[in-house]
Amino acid sequence: MTRTLITIIAALLAGPLLGGLALGLDRILTARLQSRIGPPLLQPFYDVIKLWGKEKIVVNIWQAFCAYCYVAANSIALVLFFLQSDLLLILFILAVGAVFLVVGALASTSPFSQIGAHRELLQILTYEPLLILVTMGIYLETGSFKITTVMAWDRPLLIKLPFLFVVLGYALTIKLRKSPFDLSTSHHAHQELVKGLLTDYSGPFLALIELGHWYEVVLLLGLCSLFWATNPAAMVVLVIGTYMAEILIDNVTARLNWRWMLGYIWAMGLTLSTLNLIWLYVS
Amino acid sequence: MFKKLIQKSRIKSPWLLHYDCSSCNGCDIETLACLTPVYDIERFGIINVGNPMHADMLLVTGTVNHRNKKVLANLYDQMPYPKIVIAIGSCALSGGIFREAYNVVGGVDKVIAVDVYVPGCPPKPEAIIDSVVLGLQKINQWQKEEISHAAGSGPGQSGYINRRSR
Repeated sequence: MTRTLITIIAALLAGPLLGGLALGLDRILTARLQSRIGPPLLQPFYDVIKLWGKEKIVVNIWQAFCAYCYVAANSIALVLFFLQSDLLLILFILAVGAVFLVVGALASTSPFSQIGAHRELLQILTYEPLLILVTMGIYLETGSFKITTVMAWDRPLLIKLPFLFVVLGYALTIKLRKSPFDLSTSHHAHQELVKGLLTDYSGPFLALIELGHWYEVVLLLGLCSLFWATNPAAMVVLVIGTYMAEILIDNVTARLNWRWMLGYIWAMGLTLSTLNLIWLYVS
Repeated sequence: MFKKLIQKSRIKSPWLLHYDCSSCNGCDIETLACLTPVYDIERFGIINVGNPMHADMLLVTGTVNHRNKKVLANLYDQMPYPKIVIAIGSCALSGGIFREAYNVVGGVDKVIAVDVYVPGCPPKPEAIIDSVVLGLQKINQWQKEEISHAAGSGPGQSGYINRRSR
């Protein structure tokens, strides 16, 4: 019981801490890639704390409700991940959070917010099947959706599921709001669609959304780490490698339209997943 | 303690909104030059945002005329407290060489309260960065004197502003 409580508290703290640091690192590396110096490592924390201290303005009361639900869903998903629960359950809770974010944006009448929300729905449509296929692959290999089984598995999953790891990379690029798939709102391009999905969230509610996003980032990077769960050092190396690759992709690619995103990701993602699943089934 | 953290963070992360009131683009080019790798104001956590609802500072360039004074006031109203207004260039200060024109209202301070004035035609990027630093000092001073520019003193008395009702 005490152990469970400690794990829950660790998850609730690890989300903001690791997520904030990861995004701070992202901003520094992006600046260096653009031959700038970049902000301090703790900049995301300053931003969120500053936003928390600003005046509360809501366009519609549902926005505030949706912002709280988004944080709640994402933190619950991360807590379940730390408790080594069911992968499918975690993904469904994460999807609930994503939908609340969209509902909040749709509650405002701002055209930027509306366009952002519709694009976010398309993004959800694009990555959700891929995430489910990745968990299906994990199930076919280990025979269980439980993270406990995955952690206890004696071979790294990456050896049997290399294509599915690439597919997870696609979903990660969309989820982290990175180019070329940062259609609804972009991490670095603040002028783009006037922040799209987040246009009408402001002050403390924007801080909440940012906090929720940190939980999400930690959870998804955790999901990547499961692919080499036999060795803690390898888990860390795999996560850092994937994250660096994401930052590089973000900086070397331009934004694409949603048709291209949906067509390319579904064609490539579904083909790669099917290949990997057939391989698993046959061997 | 949390209050102190907020005070520190306000100084560390000012987000700018740049509005061009019919400027000749001279001041705009100098303002945007601050974002380039040469000056790189993101070092200080400064971000140029496009959304007034996320902004902490309003940078205004150019003369205010009867057409855009409503837009300027609207942008100002949409920004949550605490907020700072910086007028950049001769035109934003007084109307500049256009001040006698029939359509010109004058400086930015004819429409909204200005906190920092940056003279020059156009001012150098260094002067603009200095003005942001001055603005931050002003916020710091408010915080020290505990002048509440937060919810309660502004248009949103209850803390919540319903934009549709305006």
